Amino acid sequence: MSLAPHGIEERLRERFPDVPFEHQQGEAVRDFTLYLPAGALVEVCTFLRDDAALAFEMLSWMGGVDYLPRVPRFECVYNLLSLQHASRVTLKVRVSEEQPRVPSVVTVWPTANWHERETYDFYGITFDGHPDLTRILLPEDWVGWPLRKDSPLGYEEVAFTHNTPGRLKPSPALKKLAPKKVRYRAQ
Amino acid sequence: MTLNMGPQHPSTHGVLRVALELDGENVVACKPIIGYLHTGMEKQAEYKTYTQSIPQTDRMDYLAPLSNNLALCLSAEKLLGIRVPERVQAIRVLLTELTRISAHCVWLGTHAIDIGALTVFWYCFREREKVLSIYDMVCGARMTASYFRVGGLAMDIPDGFLARCEKFVDEMPKHVNEYEALLTKNPIWIARTRDVAPLSAADAVAWGVTGPSLRGSGVNWDLRKRDPYSGYETYDFDVPVGSRGDAYDRFQVRVAEMRQSTRIAKQAIRRIREMGEKGEYRLRDFKYVLPPKEEVKTSMEALIHHFKIVAHGFFPPVGEAYVPIEAPKGELGFYFVSDGTARPWRMKIRSPSFVNLQSLPVMVEGKLVADVIAAIGSIDIVLGEIDR
Repeated sequence: MSLAPHGIEERLRERFPDVPFEHQQGEAVRDFTLYLPAGALVEVCTFLRDDAALAFEMLSWMGGVDYLPRVPRFECVYNLLSLQHASRVTLKVRVSEEQPRVPSVVTVWPTANWHERETYDFYGITFDGHPDLTRILLPEDWVGWPLRKDSPLGYEEVAFTHNTPGRLKPSPALKKLAPKKVRYRAQ
Repeated sequence: MTLNMGPQHPSTHGVLRVALELDGENVVACKPIIGYLHTGMEKQAEYKTYTQSIPQTDRMDYLAPLSNNLALCLSAEKLLGIRVPERVQAIRVLLTELTRISAHCVWLGTHAIDIGALTVFWYCFREREKVLSIYDMVCGARMTASYFRVGGLAMDIPDGFLARCEKFVDEMPKHVNEYEALLTKNPIWIARTRDVAPLSAADAVAWGVTGPSLRGSGVNWDLRKRDPYSGYETYDFDVPVGSRGDAYDRFQVRVAEMRQSTRIAKQAIRRIREMGEKGEYRLRDFKYVLPPKEEVKTSMEALIHHFKIVAHGFFPPVGEAYVPIEAPKGELGFYFVSDGTARPWRMKIRSPSFVNLQSLPVMVEGKLVADVIAAIGSIDIVLGEIDR
């Protein structure tokens, strides 16, 4: 039997009376979503995984969202899946811009490893306790956090004489590529 | 010794790089390195309308474009709070099941080639080609289909489409028999896959593995049964499950899935026939869906709707939605955050290959290096989807 979403909330409040869970409200929030403070994340996740009535044994995915200019700026979203009860719950943690740190849930679900690396790669959010927090999809030497809203979509500007200071004539390398004069037999 | 396998190794199915720490023939440590195909689809989606992102998704798992389309459309539809007509659902089911067959055909052919069975490849690609022709017939593209739309389909199915699908579906079980005749009892195949790359059920769940790889490990989890979408709860089919969680079990699960897909496709064809070979192929709610072209030419209102949708797109309410589907490779879903504008504030892609590939070290560490190839093949990855 699967617990109704509100049953999950009640059970969590019962077990963690000190944690200020907050039910996300909104016109089109289509899934059951709970906010919780980052400090309680690992403890709550372990409980959600091990409790027989909840049994969220799989972390479906986790990711970040940038809500610039809102404060706190970032959110980490965790989508938990219970195979036994065929139910899902979404957890959210607010992350500030000044201290983008969240405890890692790799110890709870090993699958979080790459998801957290991806979130680090995209948003620069650090996961404390992660065994190998490096860039995953972008090159190691990439500068910046591409999915932040203040990061431009990005393209490399083509070098023209007007936008390249100090270049008045085409560079010698370009001269080599200039088309040769062709003589036609008829001329 | 450290061996660098890939990113240009033919059996890494694209541009996967695997750093292997070897002790003689034994794998001590394995580290998949990805990102060579990263194109920033999630970033790009924030600058596009929901509909404009559909062609992008074709390039993710390019072996199953319509599954990707479906996942995006379902999430957007949930966000909007709309439901497509039953005829559209049946057409979507038919096409995604054909997609599953074709994706499994490519998987089987390439996996067998990796292990050294060259013949199967030609048989599998013959059937895959037929599915591609069906795509071609329905939307004019063989691989990048982009046929589904939020709220329906791009256009109605053409004349003779159902007959063609039916012919394919009727023939398919015979072809699956051919693949099985080549492999299932083949002693070399069994030697190369039996007890190779084992993954226990507990490990599979902990590493978030989904799809045939999870079912091969003996976990009966199929989103079409447990969390149905597009009316899958009304179709009659079985979920094949393995027991030992090795490469052979994953092979058997996928082959059995091809047979089940033909069953589902047959039922879908029958339903579409009952509802009419021609009929409604979109929701008639022109706040979200393009009105039919004939109406645009005669009705002022339809013309305005057409203009608004083409110029601006539709505006979902503020909120978020996620709908997972059972893609050929596992759980695929798009998580949309909407700020009320025509472009998603955030589109997060949960791609099955990305998650499933993480289990590669669990499968191969402590085993022989020759089995790494069989392990990679048996997970069934597409790098376009991993790197996105």
